[in-house]
Amino acid sequence: MTQPESAAAGGDWPLFEVFIRSRSGLEHKHVGSLHAADARMAIEHARDVYTRRQEGVSLWVIRSADIIASDPEEADALFEPARDKVYRHPTFYAIPEEVKNL
Amino acid sequence: MNAAVTPPRRHPAGLTAALFRYVLRLGDTSLVLGQRLGEWVGHAPALEEDLGLANLALDLIGQARLFLTYAGELEGRGRDEDALAYGRDAPQFANLALAEQPNGDFGSTIVRQVLLDAWQLEIYEGLASSTDTRLAAIAAKALKETRYHYRFSSGWLVRLGDGTDESHRRAQQGLESLWRFTGELFAADEVEAEISAAGIAPRLESQGQRWSARIDEVLDEATLARPAHQPYAWHGKRGVHTEHLGHLLTEMQHVSRSYPGARW
Repeated sequence: MTQPESAAAGGDWPLFEVFIRSRSGLEHKHVGSLHAADARMAIEHARDVYTRRQEGVSLWVIRSADIIASDPEEADALFEPARDKVYRHPTFYAIPEEVKNL
Repeated sequence: MNAAVTPPRRHPAGLTAALFRYVLRLGDTSLVLGQRLGEWVGHAPALEEDLGLANLALDLIGQARLFLTYAGELEGRGRDEDALAYGRDAPQFANLALAEQPNGDFGSTIVRQVLLDAWQLEIYEGLASSTDTRLAAIAAKALKETRYHYRFSSGWLVRLGDGTDESHRRAQQGLESLWRFTGELFAADEVEAEISAAGIAPRLESQGQRWSARIDEVLDEATLARPAHQPYAWHGKRGVHTEHLGHLLTEMQHVSRSYPGARW
């Protein structure tokens, strides 16, 4: 696809991440991102792009640049040490017969 | 069903005729404006705006369906929403002339939208407590949509008007060229006079003052200058349209007229 002028208009706008709380959910979940010129427009775009099918009852948007992310280069150091610690999963308990829904 | 039991007439015959024309005006204005906004699909300045404008268009066409269905019932000649939308020519359309004006640039589209969103806000707020329960229900639903439309359009008007020199110039230009069609918005003729006399809707003139105040407020925030009052020459709601409506209908009615009665 070629990049028409329209790409330039949106391209100037900062990127926002969108979070939606669904009707039945308690927490806001990340659903995607969009471009917007300001916070108000970001909420409107989030509403128009991500809640057209009754996906939610509450919206959060945050500038993507404001998110502090872990460094993929450090993934080994951050996450590998948990790999061999299976005892952290509560899978070593004998479940009594009477307990049905655990 | 017992044929002897007929539903009670809700309005006297004369009033029903006026109400038909009144409801047709509301429905046609929503339909034509929705069709205009639909023309932006695939052409909006950004993907997000594309979806935003399409959402407004779909809300408006949804309103049109409810109004036109009701209008068809009031008319009592067996015309449904589709027959009214696709089977009439321009002189039978009763939309406000402002709604049919071409999109122009994005600035003009936003100006047209602000002017009409603010108009619909007044009209629907007034109708939400109407003695005609059918109209009240449609208006209550449409009002929620329109509050969002105005939030969207007024936000853009301020952004454009109070933005760059270029965006300010274009927004002001759109305002200058569309302002002459605003005279029609709150000028009541015998139809609206009868409807308000029957207590179905508030008097149009009193709503016009609130519209005017709302527009002044948003123009002020957008640093745009309100054009001088211009006597209006177009009577869209009486079927006297600008040449633009015919072109719009040609496109909108093309499939229906080429393949009458087609189903899929």
